[in-house]
Amino acid sequence: MLDLALDARRGSFHLQVECRFASEWTVVFGPSGAGKSTLLRLLAGLDLSERAGPEQARIALDGRPLTDSVRGLWLQPGRRQTSMVAQQPALFPHLSVAANVAYGLASLDRAARSARIEEMLDLVDAKSLIGRRPQDLSGGEAQRVALARALAPLPRLLLLDEPFSALDGAASDALLARLQIWLTDHRVQTVLATHDATDALATAAEVALLREGRLVALGSAATVLSSERERLLGRLGSA
Amino acid sequence: MDWQAFALSLKLATVTTAILLAVAVPLAALLVLGRGRWLAALEALAALPLVLPPTVLGFFLLVLLGPRTALGRGITALLGHPLAFSFSGLVVGSVIYSLPFAVQPLVAGFAAVEPALVDAARLLGANPARLVLSLLVPLARRSLLAAAVLSFLHTMGEFGVVLMLGGDIPGATRTLSIVLYNQVENFDYAAANRTAAILLGLSVVALAAIYLGGRPRGGRRA
Repeated sequence: MLDLALDARRGSFHLQVECRFASEWTVVFGPSGAGKSTLLRLLAGLDLSERAGPEQARIALDGRPLTDSVRGLWLQPGRRQTSMVAQQPALFPHLSVAANVAYGLASLDRAARSARIEEMLDLVDAKSLIGRRPQDLSGGEAQRVALARALAPLPRLLLLDEPFSALDGAASDALLARLQIWLTDHRVQTVLATHDATDALATAAEVALLREGRLVALGSAATVLSSERERLLGRLGSA
Repeated sequence: MDWQAFALSLKLATVTTAILLAVAVPLAALLVLGRGRWLAALEALAALPLVLPPTVLGFFLLVLLGPRTALGRGITALLGHPLAFSFSGLVVGSVIYSLPFAVQPLVAGFAAVEPALVDAARLLGANPARLVLSLLVPLARRSLLAAAVLSFLHTMGEFGVVLMLGGDIPGATRTLSIVLYNQVENFDYAAANRTAAILLGLSVVALAAIYLGGRPRGGRRA
C-alpha cells in the first residue's frame, strides 16, 4: 500500500496529488505533461529539491515513511527498496548485460549474484544477451535488460515509466503477463505510468487518472477509463 | 643537460599529479552532483589559480608556510623543517597551482555523463564513492587522462611558484624551468635550447597522446 500527499512545483507546473494506491498494480494514466514522470521521480526520491523546497511531500510504503517534508525525512533513492524503469533504458554503456544486472546486487556473494542474474534475464526472456554490451542491443532488448536490472535487487516498489514502448504489441503483452505473475509472487507494489489506455486495460489494475498535475479519478480500470472516454466524447460532441 | 633537475622535475610532476587526481576526482564529483550555493564559491576557489599570477601565489604560500604564521610554525614542528625551500613545499605549491587543470576537465567530463545513468545507479544503491568510481570515472576516462596530462605538464613547466617558494637549491628545488632561466641569464643559449626542447617535446608528445587517443578512427563525424 502506497500513501502519498504531494504538492510540488516545477517551474509553471504544479503537481498536487493526495491518495492511497491500495492495489498491487496501479496504472497512472494521463496525457503527456500530466505529471506522471514527475510523480514517479518524487516516489523514487530522485527529485532532490523535495528536500529543501517549500513544497509538501509525504510518501509511505506499507506504513514505512520514505519522504516526509514536515519531519525533514528523505530516504536516499538506494535505501527506499524502490526500482524504476523509464522509457530510456539507461543501461551503463561500459558494462556488459550481466554486469548491468549485477549492479544492484553488491550485497550478494558471487554464486547468489550469478543465480539472480540468470533468473532475472530468464524472466524477461533475455538470457541469450548475458555477455553482450548495451550498444549491441536493440531498443526492445535494452528495455528488457533494464527491467531485469531493476528487478534484480527484489524491490518493494517498482516504478515503470512507459518501459515497453520499444517492444511490439505481442512481445509487450507476453512480457507484461509474465511480469505481473512474478511481481505478485514477490509482493512488489508496482506503479506504471502510461498515456496508452490499452496498457491500463491490459493490466486490469487500479487506475489513477492524472490531468494537469491533479488526480481526477482513482478506481478500477473499467470505471475510470469509461468515464474518461465519455468526457472525451462529450468534448468532441460540443466542439 | 642538468639531469638532476630533469629527474627532480619528473618526480615533482609525478607526485603532484597523483595527489591532484586523488583530490580532484572527489572535488569534481562534488561540484557536479552536489547541491547548494556554496558550491559556486568552492568552484571559484578551485579556479582561482588560473587567474592568480604564479609569483603572487608563490609569495602568499611562502608567507603562509613561513615561520611568521602559526600554520608555518606548526608544520615546521611536525616535519622538523619548514616547507618553504623544500621539495615538500614545492609539492604543496604545485598542487594548489595546478588544481584547476585537474578539476576543470573532470568537471566537464562528469557533467557530460547522462543524468539518467546517475539516477539509475543511485536507485540501485550506489553510494557517492561507488557512483564516482564505477560510473563517472569510467565514463569520463578521457577527461581523467586529460586532467592527468595537463597537471603533469603544467607542473613540469611551472616557474613562478617554484622560484618563489623553493628558490634554486640543486637537488632539492631546482627544476628544469629554473635551469632554463639560469641558462638564459648566463647567455648559454645552446644549453637553453636543449632544455627548452625537452620541455617542448614532452608537451607535444603528451598532447598528441590525448588527442590521438580520443579521436575515432574514422574522424569525429564517423
